[in-house]
Amino acid sequence: MNILVFIERAEGTVKKNSLEAVAYAHAMGGNVIALALGEMDEQELKALGTYGASKVLHGADPKFNAGVIQAYATIITSAMTQENADILVLSDSSLGTPVAARVAAKLDASLVTNVIALPETASGFVVKRSIYTGKAFAKVSLTKVKKVIGLKKNAAEVKEVGSPIEVTPFSATVSDSDFATRITSSEKATGDVLLPEANIVVSGGRGMKGPEHWGLIESLAKTLGAATGCSKPVSDMGWRPHHEHVGQTGVKVAPQLYIAVGISGAIQHLAGVNSSKCIVVINKDADAPFFKAADYGIAGDAFDVLPKLHEAIKALK
Amino acid sequence: MKILVCISHVPDTTSKINFTDNNTRFDSTGVQFIIGPYDDYALARAVELKESMGASVTVINVGLADTEPTIRKALAIGADDAIRVNAEPTDSWFVAAQIAAQAKEGGYDLILMGRESIDYNGGVVHGIVGEMLGMPSVSPVMKLDLVGNTAKLAREIEGGKEYLEVNLPFVAGCQEPIAEWKIPNMRGIMSARTKPLKVVEPASVDSGVKLQQFELPPPKGAVKMIPADQVQELVNLLKNEAKVL
Ligand SMILES: Cc1cc2nc3c(=O)[nH]c(=O)nc-3n(C[C@H](O)[C@H](O)[C@H](O)COP(=O)(O)OP(=O)(O)OC[C@H]3O[C@@H](n4cnc5c(N)ncnc54)[C@H](O)[C@@H]3O)c2cc1C
Repeated sequence: MNILVFIERAEGTVKKNSLEAVAYAHAMGGNVIALALGEMDEQELKALGTYGASKVLHGADPKFNAGVIQAYATIITSAMTQENADILVLSDSSLGTPVAARVAAKLDASLVTNVIALPETASGFVVKRSIYTGKAFAKVSLTKVKKVIGLKKNAAEVKEVGSPIEVTPFSATVSDSDFATRITSSEKATGDVLLPEANIVVSGGRGMKGPEHWGLIESLAKTLGAATGCSKPVSDMGWRPHHEHVGQTGVKVAPQLYIAVGISGAIQHLAGVNSSKCIVVINKDADAPFFKAADYGIAGDAFDVLPKLHEAIKALK
Repeated sequence: MKILVCISHVPDTTSKINFTDNNTRFDSTGVQFIIGPYDDYALARAVELKESMGASVTVINVGLADTEPTIRKALAIGADDAIRVNAEPTDSWFVAAQIAAQAKEGGYDLILMGRESIDYNGGVVHGIVGEMLGMPSVSPVMKLDLVGNTAKLAREIEGGKEYLEVNLPFVAGCQEPIAEWKIPNMRGIMSARTKPLKVVEPASVDSGVKLQQFELPPPKGAVKMIPADQVQELVNLLKNEAKVL
């Protein structure tokens, strides 16, 4: 069984969640072929062998640096045909998920996203996926020969199972119509930990009182190597950029640790954080609903607790 | 200009999720249904475009007769007419194939929908529809302006945004802040009652995805409260008990 894994690019490096996709495909017991597009760090591509890839294809043309949804779908589809791969595995993201959709439509494949566990193959091919924004799960069987699987974060554990391998150049044929959408520019926070990939998230709500107090959130996040998040009203009011908004209508996170400060815990916010392994809530209202969804809680004033928490964590590091 | 807006009929965001029939059916007892919040943004933007530059707005929903109040709400918000594909929306592929089958004949310049539905959260209907119709698809779109035949878009990416241009026709999966949700007014609600709602039978489709069973997550254990003057204790617990530091 040949499985193609799409490796997503983040500023010329391999996105962390793509390693989980390699690990997932390896754990499925297939022959794992990784495909990377755009200019990328050669050492990182070789290292994909360490995590389970048996072949690494690289379409290094700089015109693939920007993720054009149609062009990527065309290239991935032709790589699957070339490599005789029936299954595509990728990590769900703002690029991966729309690309998965078009590849599935090109191949007439069974398509499922938000997958959280390895398939059960005892009878058929059954995967477990998250639904209702993390409030429930569904087991679905994929019945077509070709399958496209989008993974939620933490669907597989990244392990060293092999050693680095050589990278094989891949020349992709695309047509002009694949570039019908033209990316004119982009804005990206550099150097920060990306929210959807973060192992720790420090998130602030309206209880932080104003953007001028975000230094408290940011400095704690920095010490922890964490990403910063926020509740919807905080991004609606422009205190924080929209891509930090966590919840039902924002980013869904799945970190090891989610620290919520001055967030009441509305059900729409919880929908974005309920896949976290451990939740800490700091809120001055001891009856805030968020405490019911938390593992640890401190009923106290954020402006008093945060500096102390930061000191205690600095002492630990 | 002709705009098609695809709307899902989903449980209100505050709903408790339960299943019946041996965990194979969603339990709709006591659940209030709404237009998918992301679809609601798409609809609001379509109505804004109609108001600012003139357009006809058709909404489409794949659902059984019980979705009609949701469709009427979309008409009250400002859509001109509606199509209901009379079938249970079992999965993303099925829904996308029905939308594509209807859109093929419609000659739409713009097909808008939410980036994902909030029941199955697939996030793929826009891409499948785009591919089936041979149109570009872009998602998640947080800004959409039209200059003649060209759309200028902003798409959210992890940690930022990307600006794009694409010519009509195309498909977009939308999210905030593309527009503000619109609340129907009395006139809208009155006129929605008589706006055309066409019911069509579904095309035959093999989606290749079959539900086996639903599951609920295990109940959450009780929270451990730590006094505000013992922050050090929290750090100890995170390190030694939860093992997340
Ligand atoms: C369809 C829909 C979708 C939505 N999607 C989302 C979503 O994706 N994400 C989201 O977050 N929301 C979403 N919402 C909004 C949601 O319902 C809540 O309104 C929102 O989450 C509240 O944000 P908050 O907790 O920051 O603010 P508030 O509810 O105002 O809570 C502020 C909290 O801060 C505490 N506080 C105040 N001062 C202090 C202090 N000094 N120290 C410590 N604590 C303090 C207060 O006790 C309170 O609990 C959605 C709503 C709808 C209707």
